[in-house]
Amino acid sequence: MKKIIIAAALLTFVAGYAPVAMAEALINGAGATFPYPLYSKWAYEYNKKTGVKMNYQSIGSGGGIKQIKAKTVDFGASDAPLTTKDLNDSGLLQFPMAIGGVVPVINVKGIKAGDLKLTGEVLADIYLGTIKKWNDKRIADLNPGVALPDDTITVVHRSDGSGTTWIFTNYLDKVSKVWHDKAGFGTAVNWPAGVGGKGNEGVATYVKRIKNTIGYVEYAYALQNKLVHVKLQNREKNFVEPSIESFSAAALGADWKGTSGFAVVLTDQDGKGTWPISGATFIIVSKSPENCANAKAVLEFLDWSYENGGQMARSLDYVPMPKSVSDVMERAWAADIRCSGAPVWK
Amino acid sequence: MKNVIDRHKADKLGDSLFKGVSFFFAVSVIALMILIFAVLVKESWLSLKAFGFGFVYSSAWDPVAGDFGALPAIYGTIVSSIIAIVIAVPVSFGIAIFLTEMAPAWLRGPIGTAIELLASIPSIIYGMWGLFILAPILSEYVEPPLVEYLGFLPLFSGAPLGIGMLPAGFILAIMIIPFISSVTRDVIRMVPSILKESGYGVGATKWEVIWKIVIPFAKSGIIGAVILGLGRALGETMAVTFLIGNSHDISMNLLDPATSISATLANEFTEAVEDIYLSSLVELGLILFVITFVVLALAKLLIARFSYDGGRR
Repeated sequence: MKKIIIAAALLTFVAGYAPVAMAEALINGAGATFPYPLYSKWAYEYNKKTGVKMNYQSIGSGGGIKQIKAKTVDFGASDAPLTTKDLNDSGLLQFPMAIGGVVPVINVKGIKAGDLKLTGEVLADIYLGTIKKWNDKRIADLNPGVALPDDTITVVHRSDGSGTTWIFTNYLDKVSKVWHDKAGFGTAVNWPAGVGGKGNEGVATYVKRIKNTIGYVEYAYALQNKLVHVKLQNREKNFVEPSIESFSAAALGADWKGTSGFAVVLTDQDGKGTWPISGATFIIVSKSPENCANAKAVLEFLDWSYENGGQMARSLDYVPMPKSVSDVMERAWAADIRCSGAPVWK
Repeated sequence: MKNVIDRHKADKLGDSLFKGVSFFFAVSVIALMILIFAVLVKESWLSLKAFGFGFVYSSAWDPVAGDFGALPAIYGTIVSSIIAIVIAVPVSFGIAIFLTEMAPAWLRGPIGTAIELLASIPSIIYGMWGLFILAPILSEYVEPPLVEYLGFLPLFSGAPLGIGMLPAGFILAIMIIPFISSVTRDVIRMVPSILKESGYGVGATKWEVIWKIVIPFAKSGIIGAVILGLGRALGETMAVTFLIGNSHDISMNLLDPATSISATLANEFTEAVEDIYLSSLVELGLILFVITFVVLALAKLLIARFSYDGGRR
């Protein structure tokens, strides 16, 4: 008898609380790890303002894409844009939320941040393993006056699949024919040389610990870990420093409206001050969501982030989307997203 | 009297009920294993069909082209575990024999507890410690002399990065020493003291008692302990991922970066979008399942043989 009473008490307890839990709006998202700090910052501020809760799980772009395809989350996030075909097949819409830059970093004795200049082809040949020593003639020719040691270069790349790798290899693929033939680009590739570190932290740690290394990390990690970055030559033959300005320069020239699926790739863009290894990070939503209220809540949150998230993005070393771009995206929301026949966004 | 009969009747029902329930639990273990195997086969079917048996001996790993092979991962898994066993077994034996046969009584408790504590540290901690502390030590003080004095061997000809097959073997050794030594200690402790005493009684030295009486008696248990350690080394993930260097290459050189099955899974599962990529990763898991199964089966056979010998003597 006692047991029955306890069970009944438990049941009423659960039943009593369930409606309360449901009443609080909760948006679920999953995907890329790169924008996680940004999304959680936005979500925190948005929650303080509106009481809407967002739960973002940074399980990786692959997982995010799978979950939004299965509609188990309200939005997915990916660093690499999906192809138009993939988007159409699964009835998805993607749009950029922020821009970031990937920065080659080195650990060579006596060389300080910004001292070393590299071109795209030389960087590709280092990652191909054809340039083996730091004092190789091709590096020396670009850097007269820099004392380069006669040491073997240790190449560090990501061991896990990653949007950072996608952006970096996409750049190498564009500037080097040999790289294009041998490795190509993707979130993970068949690396011709080097050691793999797990995550941006892993690569940063390897570059810090091992002498004569070169690696690539997101800009924020290069800053936080005080790593030595290099200057890269862009399309217009200028050597530029990585900075929020040089990343936004890459976004300004891009043709968002005319690119199908908004799958704009920001590597190796035109422009005098453009950092050549930039990329956008994307949010993916369903064009025919099942939960209309949540779909609307997601778009409201993203709209608020476009409007008010710029300063927060900059403080975390991301580049916010220019107003001209976010306007294009919001028009696409209105045109393409339908929930039980009615447009979700007006 | 009637009361007793009633009780027995009730017990009979309870007994058969209990038997049924415990039988169900026991069988569910086997069912679970078969289910896991079935799911692994089902999920890796795409890659099994695409690459066939060639998957096992192909060393391709090209996510862009969708061409995969398991050989580098299998090689790394087995070689790093062998390195770990080669280092860990003598050390663990030393610890176990010291604790049971030589240590003063007041020292046994603290050392034994310390070993058990080591065994309970999560592997991610070993990984971080390995990356931040062990790797720099290896690359500064251990690997350069290896290259200098043993560099003529193909095993030690590379650059001393502090990250690669050998460091991964090192961290695995440190991780499995607590397992091997504590089980070995318990096994040795179970050697009847009457055997040892008779050894001393006929004038045997401590060395002779240990090697001719204790070790032969405990042989099968000791082998079991080593296999337990090997099993953990084969499947260990995070610590290896941090230290092995994660490169899909096969190199004789133990200082070079390599990869293992579990490290590959930990690294690449989250971002594997294409079906064939995911399927190949699951097939790697299937291969690890089979390797572990074979190792355990061999161990059972070995133990059976040795204990038979021990019984006859």
